Amino acid sequence: MHLAYPAVLSALLFCTGLYGVLARRNAILVLMSVELMLNAVNLNLVAFDVWLSKAAEETLHSGQALTLFTIAIAAAEIGIGLAIVLAVYRNRGTSAIDRLRDTAEPHGPDNDGPEGTDGSEDTVTADEKAEATA
Amino acid sequence: MTTTTLAVLVPLLPFLGAAAGLLLGRAAPGFVRPLAVVPTLTALVLAVLVAVRQGGDGAVDAATELTPTGSVPVELALHIDGFAALVAVLVGFVASCVQIYSTGYLRDDPRYPSYAALVSLFTSAMLLVVYSGDLMVLLVGWEIMGICSYFLVGHYWETPEARAASLKAFLVTKLGDVPFLIGLFALATDAGSFRITRVLGAVATGAIDHPTLIALLLLAGVAGKSAQFPLHTWLPDAMAGPTPVSALIHAATMVAAGVYFIARLLPLFEASAAALVVLAVMAAVTMAGSGLAALAQDDIKRVLAYSTIGQLGYMTGALAVGDRGAAVFHLLAHGAFKALLFLAAGVIIHAAGTNSLAAMSRMKDLRNRVPDAYWTMTVALLALAAIPPFSGFFSKEAVLATAEHAATGHAERIPVAAGWIVLIAGMATALLTAAYATRLWLLAFRGHGAEAPDHGKQPLTMTVVLWVLAVPSLAFGLTAGLLPDWFDGRELTPTLTTSVLGTGLAVVGGIVTYGTWRHTTALAARAPLGAVAAHPEADAAQVEAEAIASHAPAYGDVAYAPDPADPSRLLLGPLHRPAAVGFHLDAVYRALFIRPVQAGAALVRFLDREVVETYVRGAGALPRLLGAAVRRAQTGNVQTYVSALLAGTVVLAVAVLLVATGA
Repeated sequence: MHLAYPAVLSALLFCTGLYGVLARRNAILVLMSVELMLNAVNLNLVAFDVWLSKAAEETLHSGQALTLFTIAIAAAEIGIGLAIVLAVYRNRGTSAIDRLRDTAEPHGPDNDGPEGTDGSEDTVTADEKAEATA
Repeated sequence: MTTTTLAVLVPLLPFLGAAAGLLLGRAAPGFVRPLAVVPTLTALVLAVLVAVRQGGDGAVDAATELTPTGSVPVELALHIDGFAALVAVLVGFVASCVQIYSTGYLRDDPRYPSYAALVSLFTSAMLLVVYSGDLMVLLVGWEIMGICSYFLVGHYWETPEARAASLKAFLVTKLGDVPFLIGLFALATDAGSFRITRVLGAVATGAIDHPTLIALLLLAGVAGKSAQFPLHTWLPDAMAGPTPVSALIHAATMVAAGVYFIARLLPLFEASAAALVVLAVMAAVTMAGSGLAALAQDDIKRVLAYSTIGQLGYMTGALAVGDRGAAVFHLLAHGAFKALLFLAAGVIIHAAGTNSLAAMSRMKDLRNRVPDAYWTMTVALLALAAIPPFSGFFSKEAVLATAEHAATGHAERIPVAAGWIVLIAGMATALLTAAYATRLWLLAFRGHGAEAPDHGKQPLTMTVVLWVLAVPSLAFGLTAGLLPDWFDGRELTPTLTTSVLGTGLAVVGGIVTYGTWRHTTALAARAPLGAVAAHPEADAAQVEAEAIASHAPAYGDVAYAPDPADPSRLLLGPLHRPAAVGFHLDAVYRALFIRPVQAGAALVRFLDREVVETYVRGAGALPRLLGAAVRRAQTGNVQTYVSALLAGTVVLAVAVLLVATGA
């Protein structure tokens, strides 16, 4: 099999994943897209390992070993990720990524003194949290 | 032990006592009293031993150099002549009395440990000044006294009067100490040494180039320390401290240091006629002004404070006419009776519950309540008024006799003008002194009206000390025949003319005051007045602190009471009000020094707040603007961040590709 097929397939998979990560609002779908991207990389690893091992006299198949490694890590990652999403959903009643904006810089007029900034930041954060909880 | 070892121990023991008291004061309260009293008493015994061994013969000199100090060496030196030996005995004696008295006076005071340690340190510093043979070492003791007086005057720091008074005492004496330091440097540069013996040697050979300038610079420091006009204003205010501290400052330490310093370096001052005349004018103004002010004071301790200033004026007057024997004789006699006056005043304030003479003059039977204070204070006031045969008579007559000697042109190198100034002012002050002493006695002990509040029996430690101090007040004058052996050898016995004149004036002052008092005392019943702090259970110090704090609210001023029955009102006439407030000298200082300094401070604050801070704020403005722009990007949406990351990666990848392909 020519190297171009798996390469193109993996590129398509990766782009699909990238699109999902950048554009989907649902956190679970974003996690799935991340999985897609990881698997695209896995595919590349396996394909290039085979392609390289044809030329080499002796090989460790490190590409395939790395793939196994990635799969294991991806499994752990998705476990933690889903747990976080669940916790967020229970807390906030939503898992839409674009509404989880607690780290945003507060808007409003540019205060001169450091005290003023602190105070407004506190109130804004408190407001947002109250809104999110509701 | 050699005399030198003994003499080293004299200042060292109170110092060690002070260090131990400060370290152990809280940990071992039981040791505080012994640690305060025993080292001071031992120092007194050793000082007496040193005096006996020295015996008025040749001065004991010893010196050791700890480390080389550059061009002019600073040495740990002792120079004990007759003056030093006797003054050290006085310092030890008064300090011991004060320490014993304080154990009763501040019986329940929570800050007694640090107080006693500071009194010991104060004593040690004064003894260092007395014995030191090196001007720099002397200066060390001099400055330690300055800081000790700051702490001790501010002992009742809860009251605003005490805080203000302690700051004032420190700042005013420092105002004199700066020229004093410069004067010491100039003197050492000319003489090539800080050792007193070498400096005096240089003076004798005429090696000092600018004696007038140096003498005047040194005089500024002396005026600050010894409370001479115009730097005397801190002393009356220092009455906000506890009474034993006043006794210590006024009798033995601090104010005596300035007079003693001039006595040590008198040949230097004699080398300049101008300095002597300045000294005489200073003494005369101080004497007369303080006499008038003392007559108008309402606070019993302020009367005594002004009287101290006046008596110090006598001492500087004696120095201005070139007789340090008479000056130190008066210093010794005055030390004993002034300590007695203050300690007795402490007892009276405790018994009466007030420090106001106006309130005391409306109390019946105060003298029966404190018989010890009554009798000893009578003795001390007679000594103050220079009535024979009390000690003050002999010492004051010694001063006046010397002044007369100089005024008639019999003294070498002393300007006749200085003699006349001192003589006339001294005579006028003799009259005033007798007048205010009589007034104090009449108002305090011959009051009519309600019974004084009962504060119980005075502690034994307080009354015994009074009798101990009464002995020298009575009998010290008898030593007038012996003292010349210790001093320069000049006669100190009274001469007929000045004795008759001085005593006559004193008697006139006393009788006139008595007559006025008889006239005004009927008014006292008609004008009720007075506020009394009654704490039958508390110790004397608390009563005093409260009396001081309540004086201004009760009478409108710390120094003045609107009492129509006061004999001084009749005696002084329109002068009464200015005299009560110290001739508005504080207001002059406010206008001359405090206002400009405050204006300068306001200017600096304006420059700092408005000018410097504007630059700082401007420097911060640009980074803050940039920061605001960057902060906009922080939307909180993770996907935006990842998109930016991707865009960046793509840009980088394209760039790398372009570079790699060489396009």
